[in-house]
Amino acid sequence: MKINVNGTDYTLDVPANTSLLDALRVNLHLTGSKYGCGEGACGACRVLIDGHATPSCITPLASVQDKFVVTIEGLEKEGQLHPVQQAFLDEDAFQCGYCCSGMIISAVALKTKNPRPTRQEIIEAMQGNICRCCVYPRIIKAVSKA
Amino acid sequence: MKNLGTKEASVEGINRRNFLKLLGGGIAVALTYTELNALSKQPGLFPPADDTIAAWIHILENGTVTVYTGKVEVGQNIRTSLSQAVAEELSLPVSSIELIMGDTLLTPYDRGTYGSLTTPAMGPKLRKAASSLREELANMAARQWNVGKQTVEVKNGQVIHTPSGKTVSFGDLTKGQKILLPVNDQVQLTPADKWSTAGTAVAKVNAKSFVSGKHKYVSDMTLPGMVYGKILRPPSYGASLLSADTGNAKISSGVTVVREDNFIGVTAPDPQTAANALARIEARWKTTPQPSRAEIFTYLKTHSENREKGAPEAIRAAWQAAPIQVQQHFEVQYIAHVPLEPRAALAVWENKKLTVWTGTQRPFGVQEELAEIFSIPKNNIRVMMPDTGSAYGGKHSGEAAVEAARLARATGKPVKVLWTREEEFKWAYFRPGGLIEVNAGAGKEGLLTSWEFHNYNSGGAGIEVPYEVAQRHIQYHPSDTPLKQGSYRGLAATANVFSIESVIDDLACQVKQDPLQFRLNNLKDERFKQVLEAAASKFGWKRQKETGRGYGIACAFVKNAYVATCAEVAYNKSNGQLQVLRLVVAFECGAIVNPLHLENQVMGCVLQGLGGALFEAVDFKDGRILNPSLFSYRVPRFGDIPELDILLLNRKDLPSSGAGEAPIVGVAPAIRNAIADVTGVKLHSLPLLPHGMTLKV
Repeated sequence: MKINVNGTDYTLDVPANTSLLDALRVNLHLTGSKYGCGEGACGACRVLIDGHATPSCITPLASVQDKFVVTIEGLEKEGQLHPVQQAFLDEDAFQCGYCCSGMIISAVALKTKNPRPTRQEIIEAMQGNICRCCVYPRIIKAVSKA
Repeated sequence: MKNLGTKEASVEGINRRNFLKLLGGGIAVALTYTELNALSKQPGLFPPADDTIAAWIHILENGTVTVYTGKVEVGQNIRTSLSQAVAEELSLPVSSIELIMGDTLLTPYDRGTYGSLTTPAMGPKLRKAASSLREELANMAARQWNVGKQTVEVKNGQVIHTPSGKTVSFGDLTKGQKILLPVNDQVQLTPADKWSTAGTAVAKVNAKSFVSGKHKYVSDMTLPGMVYGKILRPPSYGASLLSADTGNAKISSGVTVVREDNFIGVTAPDPQTAANALARIEARWKTTPQPSRAEIFTYLKTHSENREKGAPEAIRAAWQAAPIQVQQHFEVQYIAHVPLEPRAALAVWENKKLTVWTGTQRPFGVQEELAEIFSIPKNNIRVMMPDTGSAYGGKHSGEAAVEAARLARATGKPVKVLWTREEEFKWAYFRPGGLIEVNAGAGKEGLLTSWEFHNYNSGGAGIEVPYEVAQRHIQYHPSDTPLKQGSYRGLAATANVFSIESVIDDLACQVKQDPLQFRLNNLKDERFKQVLEAAASKFGWKRQKETGRGYGIACAFVKNAYVATCAEVAYNKSNGQLQVLRLVVAFECGAIVNPLHLENQVMGCVLQGLGGALFEAVDFKDGRILNPSLFSYRVPRFGDIPELDILLLNRKDLPSSGAGEAPIVGVAPAIRNAIADVTGVKLHSLPLLPHGMTLKV
């Protein structure tokens, strides 16, 4: 199967029912996207598919063959963090950090469409992301500031 | 990471004899368990040999400062706060310090990272070791320059001779040295009011690796030739295997089926193939009847210890005589930790020696577990714990480590086992459910006279009533639990404080006293009163309520920290809708080591506690978990978050306590009391609103 991730084309030989998440983590060694629930409920595995923040755990690899996938590893440009990554860093918007990649991906998708979201718009856009350490107010602050 | 073989380390860990051999030259301060016990006057439950080193700080010849501790990082940010403690005493920037944590070969034995103990116990030990090192560096420089010790000071990674301005770096001082010092018990620690690095808002030390996705959790790690393992699970608790046909599982040449008695697992080069192979195994099971959620509280009481033993007659008499009486029982459901990173382990055997990376709060405990299961000496096992995707008390055990090690031994390859979310819900352990019964009495003037309190199954933490009361009988009754249960952030303090603070409110209501005033009248401890008054003042407790609004308050003393929580709820009479509008939390845990991360801990505790307070509950029937997924088991999300104010009271005159647990306990009773205030309904179950945010009166 052919796949474009972070601007590079790959051809993968994997079982037919392989998820995008497994392909990223196991075959491409892009482990920034995390497994959290396997049913698209927690957001830890979110990646950008043609700009939309999408759970990669329930996305079959076969369904993204003609699309552009961007993972957390693809946000940094020439060693510079993406402004959303920088804002998470500045606000210490995490505890264990496991939700962080998915949070940042959701926030990047939101800010691309809506550079100045209200608090309510942030909450709605990120409702699919769980921070089990529950530092939600800090994440809202980081997304506002980014 | 130092690349060391396991052969040098003794069973008990690193000792004086092998210490410098392992770490190379330089200078180090090591605290042995004898010294440690003398310092803390609290010998461990299983103290290692006296010569074993309990904590150490090492300065390499190049000036690098490395701190070794058996504590582990799960998001509570002790990697940062312990670095601050050492940086403070060595007068170094935090960035000059590296922490090696939770590695059974390299770090000192540690029983585990739990109980909010790192800050009050490990913090001072490391500060003492760092101060001892600072004093010795000053002595060495003074000797080298042949000047008086009082004319030199340690600053910014070097020793300075103040009169001449002469300097020498730590690295130059320690070059060619092999010095191992005992801790100097007489050494002066920098008091909190003189702190310049400790006490400040230092950001998470390795934060960049998390925002860039580069941090390697155990679930992200790989080894050459590694395969993925999956384990066959029973359909329910108490089920035993009758037969299994594994013939169809070998779906490709890379698949290996492993069967050792009733343990059946498969390995494959990728996780999907392993899952596909596992699904082909046909197993038959014998199930046994198991208690269900519907009857759980009756079950817990009838299967408890000492259930027939009542309170002394004097208590009963005092309660009978009390003009104000409350008799109430409380039911607390089992809840799940749901660490976002499920259990994970990577294991490899080489020459009969086992190395395991796993996310656990007890790496040394897992080492012991593995030694017992595989009947090999502990010094042939190395367990390492990279910073892990949270735990909340839920990762004390080593299930995934044992499974990965079993599969690795059978296949002769490195094996990674990653639990699915469903496995984490079904086969980890829960916060215990519990039944609590209270009889409490007060005089007409609103002072408590009697207190009888029984907790069935959930535990003894936080069970003591903090109020002044002459007649009290408090008892925890351990019970037979149908579900696997264990530690959870705050332990039973959440259940006990919920019950205590609900009863206190109901008494205040009966005497027609303001609940805040009722509490203040019955408390003696000034620190308690301070948090209550701070929270109430910020909240505007005395402010006129809008129509359809309720106020609630609760307080507690847990793990040597004080917390007071105020809640405001809105109630719409016409449709029964309830909303938590606002929470104000005042927290005091002595001298604050890092205000930024303390606020994160309090925030996380309170908002995580919102789930257990309002809607989280494990549903089960006939030994099966009925809601083992994140769609069916609801945890707090962005949309659930009320306005939250956190007040951190900094007591620089008092030792620092931990903060990972205490703030969780006030949320449920404060909200419950606010609901009672506006609706008159005195809820007595956790979660309070399992069927959604509505309440019909």
